[in-house]
Amino acid sequence: MSKFNLYNTEMEKKVEVLVCYGTLCHLMGGSDLQLLGELLPLDLQGKVDLKGAPCLNFCNEVDNGKPPFAVVNGRKIEQATVKKLIQEIRVELEKK
Amino acid sequence: MAVTNNAMLIRRDLLTHFIKLLIEDNLADVDRIPLEMRPKNESSIRCCIYKDRAVLKYKLMGMLGFSSRDEVDELIPLSDYARKAFNGEVQSDKILTVVDEACSSCLKINYMVSNMCRGCVGRPCMVNCPKEAIKIVDGKAKIDHNICVNCGQCMKVCPFHAIVYIPIPCEEACPVNAISRDEDGVEYIDSSKCIYCGKCLSACPFGAIVEKSHLVDIFRTKKSGKPLVALVAPALAGQFGGDLGRIIHSFKMLGFSQVYEVAYGAEETARLEAEELKESLNAGEKFLTSSCCPSYTMLVDKHLQELKPFVSKTATPMHYSAVKARELFPDACTVFVSPCSAKKREAMDDANVDYVLSFEEYGAWLVAAGIDLNNIESETISEPPIAEAREFAISGGVTNALRVALNSSNLNDTQVNGIDKTSIRLLKSFVKNPEANYVEVMCCEGGCVGGCNVITNPKVATRQIKNGKK
Repeated sequence: MSKFNLYNTEMEKKVEVLVCYGTLCHLMGGSDLQLLGELLPLDLQGKVDLKGAPCLNFCNEVDNGKPPFAVVNGRKIEQATVKKLIQEIRVELEKK
Repeated sequence: MAVTNNAMLIRRDLLTHFIKLLIEDNLADVDRIPLEMRPKNESSIRCCIYKDRAVLKYKLMGMLGFSSRDEVDELIPLSDYARKAFNGEVQSDKILTVVDEACSSCLKINYMVSNMCRGCVGRPCMVNCPKEAIKIVDGKAKIDHNICVNCGQCMKVCPFHAIVYIPIPCEEACPVNAISRDEDGVEYIDSSKCIYCGKCLSACPFGAIVEKSHLVDIFRTKKSGKPLVALVAPALAGQFGGDLGRIIHSFKMLGFSQVYEVAYGAEETARLEAEELKESLNAGEKFLTSSCCPSYTMLVDKHLQELKPFVSKTATPMHYSAVKARELFPDACTVFVSPCSAKKREAMDDANVDYVLSFEEYGAWLVAAGIDLNNIESETISEPPIAEAREFAISGGVTNALRVALNSSNLNDTQVNGIDKTSIRLLKSFVKNPEANYVEVMCCEGGCVGGCNVITNPKVATRQIKNGKK
């Protein structure tokens, strides 16, 4: 990230992360994603808008991949883990 | 609780597939489960999909209460075993079994020299090996495993960290050496030593250890029309988002007629144990330990007899709530909803508990029934148990409840938070030098929220229980 961004971080749009808290996702490893908020690295704090959602219905289609699911800035992430979501958040931040 | 891994997820997936068939009352199709989970043309996890399928078959057999070692005819389909189990024709007391086909027979060699060895001049590994088991071959250190006694000296002294320790995960996790390799090189659980903590179940990266399930029995009872009562362990309040009202309602949706919180039994345990503590200290006893963790009481019975006089005689919350549930609903079948396999063992000796349903099985049942806990109504709990009783599931919680029951803040207490080889030594030392008047012992780190069958991360579960709706 360049120095210039430091001045307008407040203006930056946050990365939206939606974690599926549906029972299936929760059972299939999604329960760990409840820790994402506190495991977020210091440099990402304040830049992420983290939300939980009831079943996002990704599990109904085999083509969607495997649970647990999350959505990062509108992109579906399958087999989400804390590590994977942090990577995806960084990808989104670098796009800017 | 184990770190989330694929072996665990496969087990949960397998349970979900199995419960779907139980709901449809279609156990004849159980032979299809391995094929559905490992379809043709998909990559395999083991050597090929056929091996994967065979392992799934034997895991299902284990869940049904059959050991793959009992198999006499390999052509007998899984559906036959399932039918037998459903008809209640298996009388197996084995709760944890090793699936031979899944056990990878991990290396017995504990220490190995890796490629990082530089064949240095100092050769501290060779110099310090007490058995002279290390020689230099082709410029690198080599351990003679016939002489090596696995002391680990070489690993400690190597300046390049070139010597690695390779554990056998299940054996290393077992606090009481109950699991070891038999003459065929496959792990075997010695039930005379086992304390059913389930640590091996969580530790095996091949998912080779399988827990017997009571699901068939529960569905048989349900089919017969007998009402089911769910006795929900305090730890359940921290699972699945932590809304106990919704969890209670979900049991009604699954076909249970009543739900009874085991926290009520915990109130009873706390009250009686507080009295017992007062009495025994007045009688001049040095200390008293808790008794609500069945793995701990089994540990004392099987391995630490000298501690026996100091273990509380008060029964577990499960027992008191089961007695109460029997009294309230005499015609119903009681199902304890449990965070661990030790409770399954405890229930076998308790006439008031008919079956045990693990948190994992409950979660898989919700998924199989298409229930999302977020989208159902939350039942109001009219007379909730005291908050301290629900916190029995958290390390330190039993002590807290006792403190409230004793109405005293100066309880001289200590906690053994997790049973392993070190804490067993500590417990032994208490006989001569007790550190406190009251010792709370939890087999799993963090308490029951860390049990081998929990879904939610123990840290989150603890928070959810503490924040739980009163």
